[in-house]
Amino acid sequence: MKKHAKTVSLLGVATVAMFGFGFALVPLYEVLCNITGLNGRSDSIVTAADEIDYQLDPDRLVTVQFLTDVNSGMPWDFSARQTSIQVNPGKLNTVVFDATNRSGQDMVGQAVPSMRPSEAAGYLRKTECFCFTQQPFEAGEQRQMPMRFVIDPELPARVDTISLSYTFFDATSIAAN
Amino acid sequence: MSEAHAHDHHDDHHHGPEPGIMRWIKTTNHKDLGTLYMWFSFTMFMIGGMMALVIRAELFQPGLQFVDPGFFNSMTTMHALVMIFGGVMPGFVGLANWMVPMMIGASDLALPRINNWGFWILPFAFTLLLSTLFVDGGAPAAGWTMYPPLVLQSGDSLPLLIFAVHMMGVSSITGAINIVVTILNMRAPGMTLLKMPLFVWTWLITAYLLIAVMPVLAGAVTMLLTDRYFGTSFFSAAGGGDPVMFQHIFWFFGHPEVYIMILPAFGIISMIIPVFARKTLFGYDSMVYATASIAFLSFIVWAHHMFTVGMPVAAELFFMFATMLIAVPTGVKVFNWVATMWKGSMSFETPMLFALAFVFLFTIGGFSGLMLAIVPADFQYHDSYFVVAHFHYVLVPGAVFSIMAGVYFWLPKWTGHMYDEKLGKLHFWLSTIFVNVTFFPQHFSGLAGMPRRIPDYATQFAEFNMISSIGAFGFGFSQLILLFVVIKCIRGGQPATGRVWEGARGLEWSIPSPAPYHSFETPPDVPDSEVTSAQEQHA
Repeated sequence: MKKHAKTVSLLGVATVAMFGFGFALVPLYEVLCNITGLNGRSDSIVTAADEIDYQLDPDRLVTVQFLTDVNSGMPWDFSARQTSIQVNPGKLNTVVFDATNRSGQDMVGQAVPSMRPSEAAGYLRKTECFCFTQQPFEAGEQRQMPMRFVIDPELPARVDTISLSYTFFDATSIAAN
Repeated sequence: MSEAHAHDHHDDHHHGPEPGIMRWIKTTNHKDLGTLYMWFSFTMFMIGGMMALVIRAELFQPGLQFVDPGFFNSMTTMHALVMIFGGVMPGFVGLANWMVPMMIGASDLALPRINNWGFWILPFAFTLLLSTLFVDGGAPAAGWTMYPPLVLQSGDSLPLLIFAVHMMGVSSITGAINIVVTILNMRAPGMTLLKMPLFVWTWLITAYLLIAVMPVLAGAVTMLLTDRYFGTSFFSAAGGGDPVMFQHIFWFFGHPEVYIMILPAFGIISMIIPVFARKTLFGYDSMVYATASIAFLSFIVWAHHMFTVGMPVAAELFFMFATMLIAVPTGVKVFNWVATMWKGSMSFETPMLFALAFVFLFTIGGFSGLMLAIVPADFQYHDSYFVVAHFHYVLVPGAVFSIMAGVYFWLPKWTGHMYDEKLGKLHFWLSTIFVNVTFFPQHFSGLAGMPRRIPDYATQFAEFNMISSIGAFGFGFSQLILLFVVIKCIRGGQPATGRVWEGARGLEWSIPSPAPYHSFETPPDVPDSEVTSAQEQHA
């Protein structure tokens, strides 16, 4: 019986540990995505404007495309003024996004960024983005939101196009908590 | 059977079964609980089967005939949940309950009371799950994989689904712990690990897999619950979460789960083929190591279920090659079974027929799995009927056939009567023909581009779907023969000898048939003649 108690408690500990492991996968996933650029989530490397001291590379042009989406059922308009621009690595660029809350209620939106190819993820720095924080919009409010970014000249040579995608999600209830 | 042992102070062990219904509710006897598990499994097999027939009736012709699309999606979701957690898994647990103690010379499982609880949670779990058919918003319809955000849009069924999954998890984990403790601590002296029958080995490894991954599933569905009701954002992008993460966590459970449903099948087939080939199993040690390798590899291949979510090429290559690597130990097993039959003196009773069909048809499922492992090809096959054909080949003529093979193989030991061989063979041939009629055409409709989980389809798929539906109804109704054979065998028939089968070796065959209510109350000697792993004496 003593022998059983020992084996059972070892297996019981294993069970509890694996339950915990399931939850530990959440932060592990975050870390892994940020390190590797998996899932394109590490696109938002945040940098203050005065920290950037890249050498301008005037000979190289990289195409940056912007995709804008609103999650299903959310009554917002959201678009980029330019869907595609060509930029020199090392230069600070500004793109303006327009968003409108077409509903009759105050809402809070959260834009979630994603990028392709993921190997470019570590080479794009943003100094300003509406995606950094939740965006409260009053009923019917219309707003222009600039996004400023710079591409690291170290970006691998085979990357000539970067696609940045932003999807607005309704975060009203999350913001209320 | 109540031989009194003077030194045995556990008087209650000498009682036979309690009369009446309370025997089944209060029982802690592994044989009674094994029987309960098997009947429960069969009941769920029938309920899940009826759901499959609703699906196949709707798909008999293009267009919407019988059910609305929402209910159709509920049927595909519930069919999977009922068959996986109610049909296949309890079926294997039932066989383990009955056979593991007898195979290792133990008197019962290590924790008989836990065993009783573990079983009796299940009817409640499935009542909860099936009750969702009647709640507001209908039964879960987002697929058995429960992907957010879709699953979070379920109606009132979501918490019922989640609690049902929790209860099934508790049942599986307690069952698994019980089996590990029994195998590690209660083997008869002389029954060393590498003398254990392969069914015991495969169940030991399966039990470890269960302990490792069922808690992860419990965690994943708990996160769904808190996301829906308690304001967390594990999988909600708006709150900083990521729905793709659910897929990673789910398949970290889900891929080992696939092997939970096939490793015991490997064990059963490895018990049956040597008996009817009248040879010892070829390559016993390699069978054990192959099983362990498959179990290990099952933890590092999960992302092949989600190649299309967008992964770096390096990750896709890793998961592709790791997945293909599983074909190596699986191939070892298939070749060992073939080598066991090589130059054997074979006979073809029903259990052997099912085992042979398993070897053929499971291998077809394995090959289509290899095709699916190829990343560029998977982008074409993903979410098509090719996937449906693949996993039904490994689950129906794979896992389910192995359970049926085990039932025919051990039924004489359980009941003390031989089953009706003619009807058994009829059941086998109808099942085997119809299972192929059902699922083989699905390869073609899948390759032609028919998506899964849809109630209607383009008319170009009409012929294949009609054939598939005819096969499904044929297969479904053929199972009534199994029910009839089992009931007939319980009620009477030609008395079975203790050995039952001519070539049978192992402790379970050294006791009378039917197996006494309490067997091996004192640990038996383990003579070499009963060790299935022993090297063959004569060529």
